[in-house]
Amino acid sequence: MTQVIGQALQRHEDIRLIRGQGQYTDDMKLPGMVYAHIVRSPYAHAKITAIDTSRAKKMPGVVAVFSGQDLKDEVGLIPTAWIPPDADMKVTPHPALAYDEVRYQGDGVAVVIAESPYLAQDAALAVDIKYEPLKVVTDPFEAKAEGAPGVHTEIPDNVAFHWQAGENLDDIFQKAEVVVKHHFRQQRLIPNAMEPRSALAQYNAAKGELTLWATTQNPHIHRLLMSGLLGIPEHKLRVIAIDVGGAFGSKIACYPDEVIVSWASKKLNRPVKWTETRQENFQVTTHGRDHVQEVELAGTRGGEIQAIRVKTYANMGAYLSTAAPGVPTILFGLIINGAYKIPHASSEVFGMLTHTTPVDAYRGAGRPEATFLVERMVDLYAQALQMDPLEVRQKNLIRHEDFPFTNAFGLQYDSGNYQETLSKALEIFDYPKFRREQENLRKQGKYIGVGLSTYVEMCGLGPSEVAGAVGFQGGLWESATVRVHPTGKVSVYTGASPHGQGEETTFAQIVSQELGIAVDDIEVIHGDTQQIAMGWGTYGSRTTAVGGAAIHMANEKVLEKARKIAAHKLEVNEEDVSYDSGTFSVRGLPSKSVTFQEVALDAYLAWSLPPGIEPALEGTAFYNPKNFTYPFGAHIAVVSVDPDTGDTTLLRYVAVDDVGRIINPMIVEGQIHGGLVQGIGQALWEGAEFDEQGQLITGSLLDYALPKARFFPKFETAHTETPSPHNPLGVKGVGETGAIASTPCIVNAVMDALKPFGIDDLSMPLTPPKVWQAIRQAQGKESLHS
Amino acid sequence: MAFHRIPVTLTINGQKIVRDVEPRTLLVHFLRDELNLTGTHVGCDTSQCGACTILLDNQAVKSCTVLAVQADGSDILTVEGLEQEYLHPVQEAFREKHGLQCGFCTPGAIMLGAYLVNHNEPLTEEGIREQLDGLLCRCTGYENIVRSIQRAYEIMNERQNVQSQTAKGVG
Repeated sequence: MTQVIGQALQRHEDIRLIRGQGQYTDDMKLPGMVYAHIVRSPYAHAKITAIDTSRAKKMPGVVAVFSGQDLKDEVGLIPTAWIPPDADMKVTPHPALAYDEVRYQGDGVAVVIAESPYLAQDAALAVDIKYEPLKVVTDPFEAKAEGAPGVHTEIPDNVAFHWQAGENLDDIFQKAEVVVKHHFRQQRLIPNAMEPRSALAQYNAAKGELTLWATTQNPHIHRLLMSGLLGIPEHKLRVIAIDVGGAFGSKIACYPDEVIVSWASKKLNRPVKWTETRQENFQVTTHGRDHVQEVELAGTRGGEIQAIRVKTYANMGAYLSTAAPGVPTILFGLIINGAYKIPHASSEVFGMLTHTTPVDAYRGAGRPEATFLVERMVDLYAQALQMDPLEVRQKNLIRHEDFPFTNAFGLQYDSGNYQETLSKALEIFDYPKFRREQENLRKQGKYIGVGLSTYVEMCGLGPSEVAGAVGFQGGLWESATVRVHPTGKVSVYTGASPHGQGEETTFAQIVSQELGIAVDDIEVIHGDTQQIAMGWGTYGSRTTAVGGAAIHMANEKVLEKARKIAAHKLEVNEEDVSYDSGTFSVRGLPSKSVTFQEVALDAYLAWSLPPGIEPALEGTAFYNPKNFTYPFGAHIAVVSVDPDTGDTTLLRYVAVDDVGRIINPMIVEGQIHGGLVQGIGQALWEGAEFDEQGQLITGSLLDYALPKARFFPKFETAHTETPSPHNPLGVKGVGETGAIASTPCIVNAVMDALKPFGIDDLSMPLTPPKVWQAIRQAQGKESLHS
Repeated sequence: MAFHRIPVTLTINGQKIVRDVEPRTLLVHFLRDELNLTGTHVGCDTSQCGACTILLDNQAVKSCTVLAVQADGSDILTVEGLEQEYLHPVQEAFREKHGLQCGFCTPGAIMLGAYLVNHNEPLTEEGIREQLDGLLCRCTGYENIVRSIQRAYEIMNERQNVQSQTAKGVG
């Protein structure tokens, strides 16, 4: 049989995308369509004392102006769909448009609907709103202090939830030979998918049906949540997301904007479209990370790590976004031991409300925050012991024979060979040689450093029973329908919702391999709730591990039925039929055969089917994974730091990842590249900042440093392939690995370069002014006020 | 209140276009909203991202920085007009080298690439990275965009060789 899985096939989706023929939400135009512009609060915290829309209503082309009061009693509150158990969680009331108080800069206050986007924007300036500014808190740690300004009156201490896992480790820490304590600030990041969010709603009054085109990673979750808050029954609500221009977690949430246009379309009986500006994307599309972490590690003098514990203040922003509470708890707190065999661990997390943009999943979601702390702590521990960080890693990595490995929180890592990925990375990168060169260069006043990151992550979200147990308000299984048409061509329907990850190609590869038909005869359909019965979307590196496995199961159903029909036609018993590359033949009599296409036609004609077999040929399957999957790897970065400017240059980056079985190596490499750049971006350049009034001062691409092509050398990537034992395809997931592994790898490298100055840690991003100041301070020179 | 409109005449993808436009209309909005050429995308509002890059009189230009009235009389090529008998070498190369993921910045990246391969001797990897300064891509990490442009130079060459050989054969 021709091998299709594992081939670097060119992507099917590119055929339209390279011609500018994609179908993004903002490309849509419907007859009679009007345009919405949302008026947003310039204050991070204020009382709304008056709204006057009369002037705006008289502006040219204006169709309607609505304020929070108009929506308040007609639409439900924006939901939070992840409620971690035993965390005393308080859901923050989040109206689609604020009507009494605004809680972050960008909180929506009114909506103007006009005949063109320009006219809507003009009229937005004529909506007169009076605010009474109130006190603001933006930092998650400060938000907990007594007397800090409150974000919601219902939650006076600003603690939205308090979650704990693991055991009391006081005794172990007291007795430990070595204890390393450190405080990390995981800065806030702004996802910045290149496509701004957009929503287009069309209400059909006669049928009572609403169609919503939206930039979403999970159209069925949107349908489910929006049905509740709009009062439109689920079977009358259709959500479509054809081409979505990147998301990285920022298009999971159910946002006010989509609700507003849906409601307005019903109200006006016209299609209403809204597309955010990049400025709005900065201000209101969910942010990521933003932790204050207090971490402690206990170990022996010999380099054996015994325990790790963390207390985290996670900034949730002004409201709890859709998946937000699960990110700093389940996806972070349960995996803080990383790839190491650490017998004891405990996590404590305060979900803090502040007057800032809501925070939700961002590429890696929780796992980068966990990986960062453990990978940095391993380096700091090595330093305390005067041991090489490579040696400490080698001593503590979970060994191949330990799998399946259960960590201190009960997570069962499915499979792995961490030593092998590390060895492979060390084959590419000559570590001892580097250490010698480093020593020589230091003598010449040149500072280069190496950073390591040997990581593991949990993805392939996930077993639905676990989803329920950890408070996720949905299932995490996936659906697939493999529909064979009478001519033998195949349509594949998936409940996952890829938006750049290439599953129109990789899913076709799975079907092509398993059904033995040409890739070009297969079309993968996603992102439409009317065509696809149900699904949970694309996030958490779940699409291939869960959605792909569902396709595998659907293929099996198709083949089982096809084999019965073939046997009937060949007048032999089913067990005497073999199948290879599109042909069913009688064992030992290969000339007696029938093609897959002939069987498909027979199935539809139904002139002569075996007894008890229904007409048509398709398979539908719902795959509920048994466990998460655990990709892992070893990354090595080399940087040079210029002590005169503080500038860091990335010289080499070696990434050896094991993401399970690889369906398309070209796509896998692309995912890793993209993840690396985002993770390195966090280490060196990116960071959201608010001023003391809660104004986002990094609110545009002029102020927020998104990585550019010239910042990077060529990446050196390689793989090992350890199949996941519980996933029928053996796949694990690759979407997030790069972003998870690279951030600590880079920071470790910069700190290694700065070692001669006695600098052990600096907070991210490691910008030139920050590094330069630290070097000057270390040299006892006067630090210049930045 | 009616807005004052100004007549413009442009050639877009080889076709003459005559329209009256509001003076404030950005070229990118004119292309997308008036002409339904939605291949050109809007990714930001500060001219950083480059998703709206087009060729204006053979120069790579961010169409969000140009008013439609300023483009009066110019010859414009958008991603929809790039493919002639075959895909443009840059389009082919982007698919071959996986130079795109979500596809949103891709029309801009491809038009910038088309400008580079049309106007320069093959650039070094470093040179290409420098030239990509006006493009933001959040998916690819740029490496495969660089490879795509390198590959586009090769495809351009291969096609020219075939053409000259065919010409010789006929002659």
